[in-house]
Amino acid sequence: MDTRTADELNVSQPKTSWMEFIKAHFRDYGMLLSLLVIMLFFQVVTNGTLLRPLNLTNLVLQNSYIVIMALGMLLVIVAGHIDLSVGSIVGFVGGLAAIMMVRWGFDPVTTTIACLIVGGLIGAAQGYWVAYFKVPSFIVTLAGMLVFKGLTLALLGGMSVGPFPVVFQRLSSGFIPDVFGGEGFNYTALFLGTASVAAIIYFSFRSRANQLKHAVETAPFGLFLFKNGLLAVLVIAFCYLMATYRGLPNVLVIMAVLIALYAFVTNRTTIGRRVYALGGNEKAAKLSGIKTERLTFLTFVNMGVLAGLAGLIFAARLNTATPKAGLGFELDVIAAVFIGGASATGGVGKVTGAVIGAFVMGVMNNGMSILGIGIDYQQVIKGLVLLAAVSLDVYNRKK
Amino acid sequence: MNAILEMRGITKTFPGVKALDDVNITVQAGEIHALVGENGAGKSTLMKVLSGVYPHGSYSGSIVYEGEERRFKGIADSEALGIIIIHQELALVPLLSIAENIFLGNEQAKYGVIDWSLAFSRTKELLKVVGLNESPETLVTNLGVGKQQLVEIAKALSKKVKLLILDEPTASLNEKDSDALLNLLLQFKAQGISSILISHKLNEISKVADAITVLRDGGTVETLDCRAEAVSEDRIIRGMVGRTMEDRYPKREPKIGEIIFEVENWSAYHPIHTHVQVVKNVNLNIRRGEIVGVAGLMGAGRTEFAMSLFGRSFGQNISGRVMLHGRQIDVSTVEKAVSNRIAYATEDRKTYGLVLAEDVRKNVTLANLEGVSKRFVIDDIQELAVANDYRAKMRIRSPSVFQETVNLSGGNQQKVVLSKWLFSDPEILILDEPTRGIDVGAKYEIYTIINRLADAGKGVLMISSEMPELLGMCDRIYVMNEGSLIAEFSIAEASQEKIMHAIVKSGRR
Repeated sequence: MDTRTADELNVSQPKTSWMEFIKAHFRDYGMLLSLLVIMLFFQVVTNGTLLRPLNLTNLVLQNSYIVIMALGMLLVIVAGHIDLSVGSIVGFVGGLAAIMMVRWGFDPVTTTIACLIVGGLIGAAQGYWVAYFKVPSFIVTLAGMLVFKGLTLALLGGMSVGPFPVVFQRLSSGFIPDVFGGEGFNYTALFLGTASVAAIIYFSFRSRANQLKHAVETAPFGLFLFKNGLLAVLVIAFCYLMATYRGLPNVLVIMAVLIALYAFVTNRTTIGRRVYALGGNEKAAKLSGIKTERLTFLTFVNMGVLAGLAGLIFAARLNTATPKAGLGFELDVIAAVFIGGASATGGVGKVTGAVIGAFVMGVMNNGMSILGIGIDYQQVIKGLVLLAAVSLDVYNRKK
Repeated sequence: MNAILEMRGITKTFPGVKALDDVNITVQAGEIHALVGENGAGKSTLMKVLSGVYPHGSYSGSIVYEGEERRFKGIADSEALGIIIIHQELALVPLLSIAENIFLGNEQAKYGVIDWSLAFSRTKELLKVVGLNESPETLVTNLGVGKQQLVEIAKALSKKVKLLILDEPTASLNEKDSDALLNLLLQFKAQGISSILISHKLNEISKVADAITVLRDGGTVETLDCRAEAVSEDRIIRGMVGRTMEDRYPKREPKIGEIIFEVENWSAYHPIHTHVQVVKNVNLNIRRGEIVGVAGLMGAGRTEFAMSLFGRSFGQNISGRVMLHGRQIDVSTVEKAVSNRIAYATEDRKTYGLVLAEDVRKNVTLANLEGVSKRFVIDDIQELAVANDYRAKMRIRSPSVFQETVNLSGGNQQKVVLSKWLFSDPEILILDEPTRGIDVGAKYEIYTIINRLADAGKGVLMISSEMPELLGMCDRIYVMNEGSLIAEFSIAEASQEKIMHAIVKSGRR
């Protein structure tokens, strides 16, 4: 039996004060704090339009595909690579879905599955050159960007194709129906929100108890309660607002499930851990028995599937596939991941960071549009915010 | 005799740590002054104060150089006065030529246009002085570490050096190159150039130093004068660790069993120069509980042999058989080698051993994540327990297992690498230069760990360029030269002379 006390093992007991803990974990909370500040700012200057249920729903719908792609891009960037082709894949897969359903008469389910597979194959085709041929990903995906932009044009013949079957449109514009049959208020939304809050709180209490039992450094109890309480209030308030409108969009649920899945994969699974090791030091990872080539290949396949999904969601949202769909998306996605604290040299980055980064971009897009700022200055401001966020992160890391 | 340099009462604090505390050092003109101390004793910090990396005002105390008090604001100031520092990690640009490197930042140019013929002819002169027979146009990347070191020194000479500071110059050199370098220092001394030599290799220091200053925990312990009488290595060690080191190698009663590991006719070719055979028909075996050494000069093919064996991590067109317990095993990928219970701890911790941005815990479990997970899901509590266990067992000095490995000292980083491989539960451990760049105290701990592994019945193959280390630790020693095993000695018959003799004899053939 291990009779050493925690002290002998020199594990610090959880006695850190709030301020010390927040300071030590500033990078984890800093980004979330900035998002809240940005939201507050736009809430005030737009006279409360930002958080209106209708606008909140729009915010989710507008950003879902960026968030979903940011999950895949995070893994690609953590592995030490980049994928510039995702915007073109969005356009190509959206166009393919349109042709399959509108021209060839496939049903939405078959179309969706086929399109996701095609996305994966595109990722595999690019990942092959990066992983096994060691061609820099920047170049491979730059080539992919051109190729699939061109193929989208060829596929659609330069025209918009639509509209889609109603079932397919629901992917983006549908809402979770209210099983409780509320009039003007969607009880299901509130119920789902409350249930997920309960689940989150249950798991964080369980993990905290486990950590305490093993004398791991944990957040002070007060801060822990505050954090969970704040999260609960925010989620329930959000769901309440959504419930007063049309309830939870289908795409929000897809997004939430994917975020949870990828957070779990990156934090807790062997494959996630290995991606971080690969990006941190490829040679050491390889000499530790990690199949670095295959892992690199898989991160690109994964990116392709998620870009395919984003393409479907985007097409469903517009209810038409256009040759211009997806144009410039790669920039928003990559910016989201870097704003979220990922390192350009690989090995560092978090799913929560990438999601927050995506929403920082999303809220700014949305808020500035409400204010009537033109697309010209919107881009200038977004560029400056990207630079500011990353330089702040670099500065913090140096300290 | 007059002093070229006097550093008086140097104190340098970093937030929370006093790195230097009232350090005094006096270097006489034209002497070789050795600076010794364990890792973290403050040697590098002191040299950074001297060269102006930490500018005047960021430390207290005074620097008197050539009779005047100096206040350096940066490296440029100290270099202008002939104080040149050569760092342990060489600062050469690999894809530039020798001449380009030597005059980097100091180009032989008029109005920004480089006079290449002047640069080449001056480079030739400098290379002659340092005894390097290479064309000035050779790219630095094509030179071995020993020759790169000489290029660094030539670069220092080009700047009219008066005080040359060398930080661990021989750490990655073999004995022949080390000797050449030390002779060069003696030659410079004859020309009136003073040097400060930082080194862990005490035998070299005894060979060339005129005076030795010992640092411990940021303070000056003593300055020993070697001119009056020779200073023994034990005497220096006593100053460094503050106690007498009874024995540099822990005692062990070898319990050697049957042969458990055999390599037959192992050959490998160079990955780029495909006709060059780097490893030639190597046959060796290891018994249960045995520590087997591989001696040889740098470039003898020892690391190449080990890496080609470990999942074909080096070379191509590899052939030969590997047997564990008399049964042939597949070592064609690292994963297969690990699952066949072979481990290889690299000579280059930072490039091949650790994921520096990640913490101790994640590095320890990296080679055996399955050992702390169920069906692809990592049990973080179990992982933490494993990491804490190794941290305690191996005496890894870090605030916790959540410390990033980039912040650990060399000795502790090495312990993390060893922990990683021990957690993969190997039967055969190949240790490549396990104590390179590690201070005396930590070396002893690493030796103890190696002995414990042998006592637990594992087979250890230890590659080392330090012969005393092999003689002190091993039960049997193979000698490698130019890719072949050329001799084998039991520890009873082995000696430094015999090993060198074998190498020289095989080289002559």
